[in-house]
Amino acid sequence: MLLSYLPVIIMLGFVMFLAFAVLFVNSVVSPKNPYKEKLSPWECGMEPIGDADTGHFRVHFFIIAILFIVFDVETLFLFPWAVVLKKIGLFAFIEMFIFIFILAIGLVYAWAKGALEWV
Amino acid sequence: MDTNTCIELALIIIKVIIISSLLFALPIPLTWIERKVAGHIQLRLGPFRVGWHGILQPVADMIKLMFKEDIIPDKADKWLFKLAPIISLVPIFLTFATVPVGDKITVFGKEVTLYISDMNVGILYILAVAGIGVYGLILGGWASNSKYALFGSIRSSAQMISYELALSFAAIGVVMVTNSLSLVDIVNSQKATTWNICYQPLGFIIYIIAGLAEINRIPFDLSEDEGTLAAGYHVEYSSMRFSFFMLAEYVAMVLMSVLAVVLFFGGWSGPILPPIVWFVIKVSAFIYFFMWVRFTFPRYRYDQLMTIGWKILLPLSLVNILITGLFLI
Repeated sequence: MLLSYLPVIIMLGFVMFLAFAVLFVNSVVSPKNPYKEKLSPWECGMEPIGDADTGHFRVHFFIIAILFIVFDVETLFLFPWAVVLKKIGLFAFIEMFIFIFILAIGLVYAWAKGALEWV
Repeated sequence: MDTNTCIELALIIIKVIIISSLLFALPIPLTWIERKVAGHIQLRLGPFRVGWHGILQPVADMIKLMFKEDIIPDKADKWLFKLAPIISLVPIFLTFATVPVGDKITVFGKEVTLYISDMNVGILYILAVAGIGVYGLILGGWASNSKYALFGSIRSSAQMISYELALSFAAIGVVMVTNSLSLVDIVNSQKATTWNICYQPLGFIIYIIAGLAEINRIPFDLSEDEGTLAAGYHVEYSSMRFSFFMLAEYVAMVLMSVLAVVLFFGGWSGPILPPIVWFVIKVSAFIYFFMWVRFTFPRYRYDQLMTIGWKILLPLSLVNILITGLFLI
């Protein structure tokens, strides 16, 4: 069983090797001529004001991320359920219906509160 | 280790090397085809100078990128800036470890499977590993310490996580019909009956729309919205690191086509021609479809994108799962 994941490790190693080999060749053959203007962050030719990595962005993106986690966990529950649904039958279906219904209420709540509106 | 294990291991290594090298080289023909398709759709000729009908153009581009200076902005977080292209490149390659291009062939009296590994959690593995690629975008945009890159990365990560839900729910519809997460089993079950698109038409529509958004292509290429963001998360990247992002994007497009074929269009199955040929034909058709869409539709606004993702596709995909369940019981 574990053997089916061994190729992933081998592939990881080989792709990393390819990527670093390409980067190495690039670092050997490319010119190196850095100066202050070239190394400044691109901002349409203007002097950049302040740092960008302070993380100032709309809180909506954060709300979307939280909503995503709720539904991503639901995905994880749905995958095993989908595999055995035919075996277990109606009971599993009703149970998952209730589960999806509860999460759908969460989506409706977020919708009603305007978390999905982008102005 | 006995001889049999050694041969198995050698086979795995050979298959890994072939698949990875193919994927690494695949963007070379794909960029040429894409620019030719673009040209002919817009009544131009496309690249024409380098080689026959410009067929060597991507090679020339690659050589040019190779000889360009690798600029790292002095305000950037150097370590993460260098790491981000690799994080976005490697996972998308790893997903192909479980993609079946055919069933089995016999080479020198030895049975060789035409997939690297048939995992029993195949599709879950693909979705999970492909999801790691989002980190590459976030880190790349954030580490650049440029406002355009930051906005681009936040936009595209929000877009990718939103549509990932609809994409996995569409895949769950297929899993319910076939009762297996393994891609080989999914294809085999379609061989026994008909293609899954007959059982999951709504699921397929959701899949293809969410897939377009997931690989950041028009009409959902908000991450590199030239009009407002210049280039999005990779605006500060140059040289080979830039091309790694492009490479990851092309391989993601191939992955979406492959998944569409495996989940909905019967994988390698087909009459007369050998399985691999059928697989390549079907995947090429989807790749062409993605290119066709790119040069046909305008780009959505960001609020429209979020409306489509959360208010239309997500409820629709949940309804799709419930309807499929009702039919199965």
